[in-house]
Amino acid sequence: MSMFCFFLFFMIFLVIAALIAVHTDNLLSSVICVGAIGFGGSLMFLFLRAPDIAITQIAVEVLGLIILIRATISRDKTFISGQREFFGIVFSVAVLFAISAVGLKGFEDLPEFGTPAFVAAAETQEIVASEDYIEQSLSRTGAANAVAAVILDWRAYDTLGEATVLFTSILGAVVILRKETRNSPETIK
Amino acid sequence: MKGMTIIVKSISSWVKMLIFLFGIYITIFGHLTPGGGFAGGVILACSFILLMLAFGREYAEENLSLGLTSKLDCVGALLFAAVALCGFFFGAAGFFVNFLHQEWQAGQATALKLVSAGTIPLSNIAIGLKVGASLFMIVLILSVFRCDSSAGKQEVS
Amino acid sequence: MLYAMCFFLFVIGLYCALVKKNMVKIVIGIMIMEYAVDLFLIMLGYRAGGVAPIVGKDEFDAVSGMVKSSFINASVDPLPQALVLTAIVISLGSLSLMISICIRTYEKYGTFDITEIRRLKG
Repeated sequence: MSMFCFFLFFMIFLVIAALIAVHTDNLLSSVICVGAIGFGGSLMFLFLRAPDIAITQIAVEVLGLIILIRATISRDKTFISGQREFFGIVFSVAVLFAISAVGLKGFEDLPEFGTPAFVAAAETQEIVASEDYIEQSLSRTGAANAVAAVILDWRAYDTLGEATVLFTSILGAVVILRKETRNSPETIK
Repeated sequence: MKGMTIIVKSISSWVKMLIFLFGIYITIFGHLTPGGGFAGGVILACSFILLMLAFGREYAEENLSLGLTSKLDCVGALLFAAVALCGFFFGAAGFFVNFLHQEWQAGQATALKLVSAGTIPLSNIAIGLKVGASLFMIVLILSVFRCDSSAGKQEVS
Repeated sequence: MLYAMCFFLFVIGLYCALVKKNMVKIVIGIMIMEYAVDLFLIMLGYRAGGVAPIVGKDEFDAVSGMVKSSFINASVDPLPQALVLTAIVISLGSLSLMISICIRTYEKYGTFDITEIRRLKG
């Protein structure tokens, strides 16, 4: 129960940081609030017993903050207040309420916090993948870290697809940012 | 003036090696301790980005140029695919087969060693190389773009 | 309760991405949505009083090579952690792609305001 209150405190912190990040007009303070969400989330991953993700999140957050600050610093017109047109706001808020109603209905079927979903599923089904991953990761792959065994042995196709997506997104950013195009007059000459 | 002050430069010239070593440790021991190729690659990229922020872009580009990062990116991706393809030719035929892994033998404590996990450390190294090179490349290209655009504006004005 | 807070965080990000005019604010909204989804998936595998899914030196039988049942009954779910680990790195790649689009648009139009960009386009 004490862990539950601890996580609740962290979630309230994250929600407050998100509200400030959405509502402030200054872009730099908004970016800093995103950093607060990221580092708070990293601490929360650590207490949720996921040290792999905590390390990755804290390193990714530093890099993401560098990229975001690079985009917002030394720009003149960053103070853009106000909203989009009225009809769009009404429509999007109505969509948000509909999604919230459906989503909160869906949470009733989930097990209590503290009971993993695979334990709840094991009571009705015979085969649950996560139990095998925990039980056989050391004897069948030799890796003590079950997460490494899952992403690089049992579900390595997932990692291959991830490498492809990362390659494609970086390639897209390079193509967008490069200065000279293939048909520019300098290269034709 | 290139880079930051002498204090930042002298501190970061010591810290960069430690961060680089930590990234290599996280990458190679990813199957025994928390970490792995993704976290290790991002930390490796962070060590070069520290170099770029402290000493300026030219100094970082002398150490790891833009062409070399894209080559390392492709080498990482191809190494990962090659480890996967080797599963066809060794052991049980199939894509992503852990062909280097030995079965457990009683009495021999082969678990929890660096070489005990078969292809997983090799895949970790490939993933770390790929993630680190591509993330450093994107930050380098963002900084190159700012220098080019500001120089172009000065010429126009 | 915690699941509902995660969902509330997601809705805040969705609101920011739908309503705001600033392009960087839209990117920030998408990032908040990513954090919310990651947190939700990890919470779904959390076991109260559990341990991390990493086998230590004392937690396996050296003769048969099998993991002890005390570890099996205490470990948290490794599968969502593996999926979220790849999703975090992909989110950094997509963030760099979106930011480069923002910077290119600022170079061309001189503003981050999407309504003004639409007006300039005609």
